[in-house]
Amino acid sequence: MIEFSLWDIVRNLLLAARWTVVLSLVSFIGGALVGTLLLFMRIGRRRVLRLFAKYYVELFQGTPLLMQLFLAFFGLGLFGIDVPAWLAAGVALILWSAAFLTEIWRGCVEAIAKGQWEASSSLGMGYVQQMRYVILPQALKIAIPPTVGFSVQVIKGTALTSIIGFVELSKAGTVVTNATFQPFMVYGLVALIYFALCWPLSKSSQVLERKLNVAHRNH
Amino acid sequence: MSLIEITEVRKSFGANEVLKGINIDVDPGEVIAIIGKSGSGKSTLLRCINGLELIDDGSISVAGAQLLPDELHLKALRLKVGMIFQQFNLFPHLTAGGNVMLSQMVVKKTPKAAAEAMAHKMLERVGLGHKYDAFPDELSGGQQQRVAIARALAMQPIALLCDEITSALDPELVAEVLGVVRELASEGMTLLMVTHEMKFARDVCSRVVFMHQGRVHEIGKPEEVFADPKTPELKQFLGVH
Amino acid sequence: MFDYAWLAQYWPVLLKGILVTVQLIAVGAVAGTALGIACAWVRSLGPKWLRPPVTAYVELIRNTPFLIQLFFIFFGLPSLGLQMSELQAANLAMIINLGAYSCEIIRAGIQAAPRGQFEAGASLAMTPFETFRHIILVPSLQRIWPALCSQVIIVMLGSSVVSQIAAEDLTFAANFIQSRTFRAFEAYFVSTAIYLVLAILLRQVLIAAGSFIFPRRSGR
Repeated sequence: MIEFSLWDIVRNLLLAARWTVVLSLVSFIGGALVGTLLLFMRIGRRRVLRLFAKYYVELFQGTPLLMQLFLAFFGLGLFGIDVPAWLAAGVALILWSAAFLTEIWRGCVEAIAKGQWEASSSLGMGYVQQMRYVILPQALKIAIPPTVGFSVQVIKGTALTSIIGFVELSKAGTVVTNATFQPFMVYGLVALIYFALCWPLSKSSQVLERKLNVAHRNH
Repeated sequence: MSLIEITEVRKSFGANEVLKGINIDVDPGEVIAIIGKSGSGKSTLLRCINGLELIDDGSISVAGAQLLPDELHLKALRLKVGMIFQQFNLFPHLTAGGNVMLSQMVVKKTPKAAAEAMAHKMLERVGLGHKYDAFPDELSGGQQQRVAIARALAMQPIALLCDEITSALDPELVAEVLGVVRELASEGMTLLMVTHEMKFARDVCSRVVFMHQGRVHEIGKPEEVFADPKTPELKQFLGVH
Repeated sequence: MFDYAWLAQYWPVLLKGILVTVQLIAVGAVAGTALGIACAWVRSLGPKWLRPPVTAYVELIRNTPFLIQLFFIFFGLPSLGLQMSELQAANLAMIINLGAYSCEIIRAGIQAAPRGQFEAGASLAMTPFETFRHIILVPSLQRIWPALCSQVIIVMLGSSVVSQIAAEDLTFAANFIQSRTFRAFEAYFVSTAIYLVLAILLRQVLIAAGSFIFPRRSGR
């Protein structure tokens, strides 16, 4: 048996953590793009699109992310392509993130007081102008803290991709454990690395939230 | 010809009919106070005139423009009638100047420089020229309401609808807003206001409309309506016996 | 292309998986919320010296993946002499996980309690703990009940990863079926649908529980 020094273990975990970061970024950005599209469907005036977005969100929020990963992995395979784990992971995480971001942002749009719609209506603005100049600028501001907070969920969500074979931090943890037989230390280190990635985001989300609340109290 | 013609307007919320056939004609330059208990339908009537609520029956026209529930007709109507709200409804992410400029630019496509000049002029007119760069949360309630008036005026409406515009204000701030309204009236602006300020209604308005349970109960010059109420409901509302 | 004939033979496997998942969330929800209440009390009103460790626990759990928490408990703790079965580890992990999340949710509910409630309790000669127990707690829980329900559902859906330590839940059943029938997509499709139904039912149960626990009391 080869002896692993602590540094060997940490180095291997950190190298794998790069893929956690990359996958998180791809999922978050992709999810934000798809989520924006879904948001406009969800708050738009076309009933069919509204319902589609609503059920999309309920479906993805009402089923386990792990199942979504399995379905992406085996479902894409049905098209006769050999699906690499990173592709299934990316697709599933983007669709999953999109659902949550849509719901977060919808809440922000709906939090804008009814008077803002009425005032802009009374000034002759149409729906698109109201959205563009009055509602979205305000919604965007209150959306920042929960959106930053959700990025933490994305990072943690990427851990599940290890189960379909994508090699990131969690998978590396299992591999290193199997080689070193030190699960306590290895999973402890893995947890610490996740913590180092997530905690600053959690904290800044909280700080932003507090700032926003203080700003609001001045009204 | 009347400027605003309200004919047989009906409006229900569910099973509750709040407007039961309203007829009012408003001539240019008239200042009309609409009074009545809460729930009498007076705010709903104002909101209907601006198309914020769609009417079920009857018709409303402003300077010949019919109120029809499509975006084009609504926009045409709203360009003619401005509205001031109880809760001011300023856009909190824009400065006072920005509030006054926004709809000029996006609705009327006024060039920025002209919109800016208009914003300065209108804020000056409500006595807030020096607050051009202030954000709504840096202004008092009375100041916010005056910005809201400037914002509506900048669209150069031919009539203004005022929905209890002093009700959300601290007592000491009421006068500054009413002062602006009084000035507008003296300049010949057509005004329809739902109000609880009876003294103001008596002093400034050309006619008073008393609404009760979704109907126009009494209508007439303020000296007649206030001095000689005909119906027991109005007597009770005014507290005279 | 799709083949669901295997359902006739394997439905008992699914059923057993469903029962394990239901058991996991039942225990997790009750014990996790209880832990959350205790931690929320410590963080908002409890003794000062207890706050840092509880804060550390909450932050650590909320900022690491559930999968890693599960692996740490199941694979890591035995090296400290803490051996447990797959199900025990799964239960423990879910309780610890929900405990941290519900702590923050409940704490927000406590913080939203009007100051006057504490003062009223004190004026009636109640100790701070009695005030918390009899005056503050129930309205606080009622205030945040919808958020707590959502979190319980998230934990239920998250429980699908306990299959990775061979706890025989619904996902484990799906894995088992696909390894026998080679109908992977169909197996996961069916179990996903079951999770969706479970999530919808769980929400109904939790809402019903809420109106049972908080009959006609105002949370404002």
